[in-house]
Amino acid sequence: MMNIISDAFGLVFTTDVMIAILLSSIYGLVVGSLPGLSATMATALLVPVTFYLSPIAAIATIISASAMAIFSGDIPGALLRIPGTPASAAYTDEAYAMTRKGQAELALGAGLWFSALGGIAGTLSLMLLAPPLAEIALQFSTYEYFWLAFLGLMCATLVARSSPVKAIVSMLLGLMISAVGMENAGGIPRFTFGLPDLLGGIEPIPALVGVFAVSELMRAMVSPEPPQLPRRKFGSILAGQLKLTKKYWWPMTRGNIVGIIIGVLPGAGADMAAWVSYAMSKRFSKEREKFGTGHVEGLVEAGASNNASLASGWVPALLFGVPGDTITAIAIGVLYMKGLNPGPTLFTEKASSMYALYIIFILANIIMIPLGIWMIRGASFVLRAPRAGIMPVILLCCAVGSFATGNSLFAILTVAAFGIMGYVMEANGYPVAAMVLGIVMGTMFEQSFVTSLIKSDGSLLPFFERPVSAVLAALAIGALAWPLLIWLWRRARPMPVRA
Amino acid sequence: MTRITRRAFAASTAAVATSAVLGLRPSHAQAAYPSRPIQLICPWGAGGGTDATARIVGGLLEKEFGQPVNVINRTGGSGVVGHAAIAAAVPDGYTIGIITVEISMMHWAGLTELTPKNYTPLALMNEDPPGIHVKADGPYKTVKDLADAIKAAPPGKFKCSGTGQGGIWHLALVGWMQAMGLPANQVAWVPSNGAAPAVQDLAAGGLDFCTCSVPEARAMIDAGKVRSLAIMAPQRAALFKDVPTLTEAMGVNYSTGAWRGFAGPKGLPQPIAEKLTATMKSVYDSAAYKDFMASRGFGTVWNDAAGYAAFMDEADKAMGVAMKAANLAKT
Repeated sequence: MMNIISDAFGLVFTTDVMIAILLSSIYGLVVGSLPGLSATMATALLVPVTFYLSPIAAIATIISASAMAIFSGDIPGALLRIPGTPASAAYTDEAYAMTRKGQAELALGAGLWFSALGGIAGTLSLMLLAPPLAEIALQFSTYEYFWLAFLGLMCATLVARSSPVKAIVSMLLGLMISAVGMENAGGIPRFTFGLPDLLGGIEPIPALVGVFAVSELMRAMVSPEPPQLPRRKFGSILAGQLKLTKKYWWPMTRGNIVGIIIGVLPGAGADMAAWVSYAMSKRFSKEREKFGTGHVEGLVEAGASNNASLASGWVPALLFGVPGDTITAIAIGVLYMKGLNPGPTLFTEKASSMYALYIIFILANIIMIPLGIWMIRGASFVLRAPRAGIMPVILLCCAVGSFATGNSLFAILTVAAFGIMGYVMEANGYPVAAMVLGIVMGTMFEQSFVTSLIKSDGSLLPFFERPVSAVLAALAIGALAWPLLIWLWRRARPMPVRA
Repeated sequence: MTRITRRAFAASTAAVATSAVLGLRPSHAQAAYPSRPIQLICPWGAGGGTDATARIVGGLLEKEFGQPVNVINRTGGSGVVGHAAIAAAVPDGYTIGIITVEISMMHWAGLTELTPKNYTPLALMNEDPPGIHVKADGPYKTVKDLADAIKAAPPGKFKCSGTGQGGIWHLALVGWMQAMGLPANQVAWVPSNGAAPAVQDLAAGGLDFCTCSVPEARAMIDAGKVRSLAIMAPQRAALFKDVPTLTEAMGVNYSTGAWRGFAGPKGLPQPIAEKLTATMKSVYDSAAYKDFMASRGFGTVWNDAAGYAAFMDEADKAMGVAMKAANLAKT
């Protein structure tokens, strides 16, 4: 055992692995902070580089770049209200509100600190609980995924600040957008208007960039320059984080646990973890009214959650070659290429490589803190720069980033169209975050429902019969009926008093 | 600064147009092809199997040619966009692409006008046959057990998955059913987002069997959750020696597969096409290519330009038959 661990340290602490971790971390930080370039994109672009690296260095680049990119997606979200990655979209409004209150360093510091802690918690789950967690993941068939997607969609009303009705309308619009294309169960092209570009559907990334970033730019054009934030030194980024950890230890732990569970499930990744955790945080908070006005609690829980899910997403990938999310899907290819074939034998025959992988996870989450501080300090200059100088650069980033997702001009048109849509929606009080949720979850929601019905020959019973499915169904229906019951109870109670 | 007069512009445009019509190219391009970087278009996303194949071949071509070979992912439209981009490129050898089995399927489904005839085939370099996989602790020990149970059951009782509706593994299932003399809908197809979720659902007990390729199910097989009963190929796969072919296991002679090959737009000049094919042959024979494909579990096959053209012709016809039988064809 000690032998294996010292072997593992020997594998990790070599010059090439260290350089790989450092460079890919910086790369991940930069890519993640650009609107339109997601953590998945950052990872995919690294694949050709890994051809030329040793196995451990190749895996190290992917682990470090993806962890950094998920964190640094928070930076433009907090500073400009433009989420860098879909995983940050859930709490962008909250973080931006904190910046407007002059708490940018607290918001970003919380993002950094709790991302790092979440990443370490996720790694511990990978080290200690991989086999039992993987068994849970294997219990999930399409019936269970249907309820999961259902629960995810219900977050729409919780996340939004506006009226629940408008939030639901936005979410349904998102669902309708997710119906475009032929990536549906029937393989039938829908709403494509004969355009080949629409056959693949609307990609979430350009849509996200459009509704958040471009609509924000349009608002900036028509509104007067906001009062300049008082010019002051950017305070310490980590100060106060220990206090927050003590104050919000339970939301943080809950975020870690939810993130780990969602990460383990194939098909549900960091994006969903962030949404669910933010919604849970709001639902169970003692200070619910503060949410949406720049309250750090939701950031703590969601930030802890999305990075925890990133590490636990490797569990099914390493044990069964089943990707937990799009990032691990790419990582599996690299593992095969480097002779580290996923499977239980990886944990026995190649144990030293496995421990090396754990060490890299921990290392990446530790160096995230100094590198992240450096990145936040650099990025904080945008708060001082004149708006007329910043906005065109962002627009350029959006266009380049979206073009990069498919090398096609169509993505840029998508960004523009969604920008206009986002602007109109925001102007009328419809939350765009709820629509993004609909787009992200819609495919899984429909696919799991339709394929379940095909498998059950049209019977709805298996949705409630299977043990895990029954629990999830009870949760979903309970959450749906709860507000109604409360309302009925409140209505019914005064009656006897009066009588 | 030189001013471009309207007349000079018109003259030069006419000259370019004429040379294009006559098929004339600046002579140096042919003399020393390739004299500048080559674009290699991949119709599928970065990180997938097609992308990996394109990148390893691109990297090795670069070494052979001494010119950069840039892999460009033109994704979207379920492969239509990228395949169209290859077909529409200028046929000068500086834009080629990797084309996949979907090119022999999409036009039958009415998704595009493009067929294998819109390309200059260069080389076929990879084919992966489908396997028949069941849950490891399930009741079927051999493919004959499974086939007998399918025959005895009413149509639609058995559920199978592996990819989306009308995808290559769906057609493999239909082909297998027909080879056994059963109707195309004897087994219900459950569409999935690729092989990985299908194999996972198989292990979760949601399906009866899967018809994806063996490498796609490999990790689950190694984990002891899933077992391969047979592969639909003329001979056994090098990496999975103990999985019999359909012919060996039950005397049904049926084989198909997902393939990937390289092609340029139609009308690629003969010398350039020949040079590309010859260079791809040395890439195919290189240890780097063989090792890479073996490590991913991908099958390697070689067909030169003529062989590849004939192969695609045959595959295209077979797909038409299978898709019509499965009621998936529009044309």
